[in-house]
Amino acid sequence: MSRDIAVVAFAQSDTLRSTAELSEVEMLMPVLHEVLDRTGLKTADIGFTCSGSCDYLAGRAFSFTLALDGVGAWPPISESHVETDGAWALYEAWTKLVSGDADTALVYSYGKSSPGSLRDVLTRQLDPYYVAPLWPDSVALAALQAQALIDAGDTDERELAAIGARSRTTDNPHAQLKGPVPQGDYLVQPLRTGDCPPIGDGAAAVVLAAGERARELCERPAWIRGIDHRIEAHSLGVRDLTDSPSTRLAAEKAGAFERPVDTAELHAPFTSQEVVLRKALRLGDGVTINPSGGALAANPMMAAGLARIGEAAARIHRGESDRALAHATSGPCLQQNLVAVLEGDPR
Amino acid sequence: MPEVLKAPLVVEFPFTRSLGPVQSAFLTALRQRVVLGVRTRDGRTLVPPVEYDPVTADELSDLVHVGVTGTVTTWAWNPAPRRGQPLDTPFAWVLVRLDNADTALLHALDAPGPDAVHTGMRVRIRWAEERVGAITDIACFEPDDEEAAEVTVHVGEFDDPVTGIVAEARLDYTYSPGRAQTAYIKALENERRAVGERCPSCRKVYVPPRGACPTCGVATSEQVEVGPAGTVTTFCIVNIKAKNLDIEVPYVYAHIALDGADLALHGRIGGIPYDQVRMGLRVEPVWTEDGRYPDHYRPTGEPDAEYDTYKELL
Repeated sequence: MSRDIAVVAFAQSDTLRSTAELSEVEMLMPVLHEVLDRTGLKTADIGFTCSGSCDYLAGRAFSFTLALDGVGAWPPISESHVETDGAWALYEAWTKLVSGDADTALVYSYGKSSPGSLRDVLTRQLDPYYVAPLWPDSVALAALQAQALIDAGDTDERELAAIGARSRTTDNPHAQLKGPVPQGDYLVQPLRTGDCPPIGDGAAAVVLAAGERARELCERPAWIRGIDHRIEAHSLGVRDLTDSPSTRLAAEKAGAFERPVDTAELHAPFTSQEVVLRKALRLGDGVTINPSGGALAANPMMAAGLARIGEAAARIHRGESDRALAHATSGPCLQQNLVAVLEGDPR
Repeated sequence: MPEVLKAPLVVEFPFTRSLGPVQSAFLTALRQRVVLGVRTRDGRTLVPPVEYDPVTADELSDLVHVGVTGTVTTWAWNPAPRRGQPLDTPFAWVLVRLDNADTALLHALDAPGPDAVHTGMRVRIRWAEERVGAITDIACFEPDDEEAAEVTVHVGEFDDPVTGIVAEARLDYTYSPGRAQTAYIKALENERRAVGERCPSCRKVYVPPRGACPTCGVATSEQVEVGPAGTVTTFCIVNIKAKNLDIEVPYVYAHIALDGADLALHGRIGGIPYDQVRMGLRVEPVWTEDGRYPDHYRPTGEPDAEYDTYKELL
């Protein structure tokens, strides 16, 4: 059985360096209300709800159960959760809709990085035997990848700086970093502060709907023509860090190479990672890359990948794109990658 | 906006992890200043060695010696070492392909500065003085200019193999409870009042409030003082002494519905023998002199509440 599934609404919070005055559910709730308001749906109308978050960020066990308070999960709703970026929650919801288990889905994700030290927190996702005991932080691992790209002649520091500057020229009202930002000192050489994403708290949400239901809820639905995710070997020393075969394979399975896209929303937290992704996804100069600013303008952990899909869909909703690629990543040096291809009805 | 409450929160979790046969051989060999790789069926040597081929998923077991010297395949200069990292002075993160290995190992390189590091440079292991069978038995790498070593087969058997590691982890957070819980904590601490919040939709009063009604999914905002007295809705008898808790067992821990609240909170019951606590018992909070929250609840002496008055709160 095949059903057309579309993103029919997207909402996101501002991404802020600290939201200490709000609990996670207090930060998330306005985003949930906004995304439901866009469709006129209520919680009770939603067939399946799926969320993405990570307890390590704020150091709060089972925080996603408290976040469910913001949905209104009683009487019990059909619900699931992934401990990673919300893009993977969207994938799970998409499978529910494709299989006919539901006609609508609410997908949301959120991350509060401000209570902890994000660079250190992220070391805990690494191989516990050979890597995590060395506490290599997220910027250090990205820097190893950036140096490999420079050594291979794929990029240089000037091009990396230009990627950061272009990302931050966005007019996205929710972005954390906008406008000219000094390229700064080396955080871990060869990456300067301008090559790295701001650390911030934020949330994102989308509503999915199937077939005619999507057309009822949205004037121009963003149809998911394909979606797939793939993973690299976990040991960094086994991988070619200058390439992303998992991204390429996911894109192929999602049908990204069948016809050109006009827009790509890439989840590249570091400038050097955009270089890898453009190569893997064969994105030419004619493609508008990250009009939202991408993760270099706002990188709420666990929400930034879902926001890429939401941003790509919103451009289709507004008629600014006809065929867009959205990418999400998780793990060090682009370890896991998800690619979705979205299209609007012909105008 | 009222002042935001904050408190340090330290999360520590020392996991004890068992090792597979390949990992055990690798870490045991490190203790003896030897590095082992594992051969794949297509003849590649993986270092650090893994139990299964990352490409084919074949189970791997052919261990070989590899060099204690190698070549940097990529590097990154870390000007500001962080807690737990191999060196506490500026160093380079490196991926090193040891001689006779086909894959690279992540570690630190002790070098005077970024100008002294480049891809392709030769490095050698500096061993830790005390070795326990862990990746940190390699203290770091240091620059080297010697010839590459020969490869030899190793049976991977040791008299006293390392069978597990303890993975220490500590993360430091600054905890903030958010708007609703901040208001609750402040009213309790400063005025000894229990202030809940009412859902604008279903009108239920939540104590302590968490900012959202879990039934309706909307923000709670209207503040409602509840209690101070309440009713035991259900309870248990605790017979095991908790670590660092100075309370004699057995004692009773109960769900208490404060008067006016639509959700029961937790509290210890005192001032009554543990085996006389019952559902419906009317209780009130007992504060210690400088307590920031009730130390426990004790009977008020009122007649027990009728079951019908609290059955919805169980």
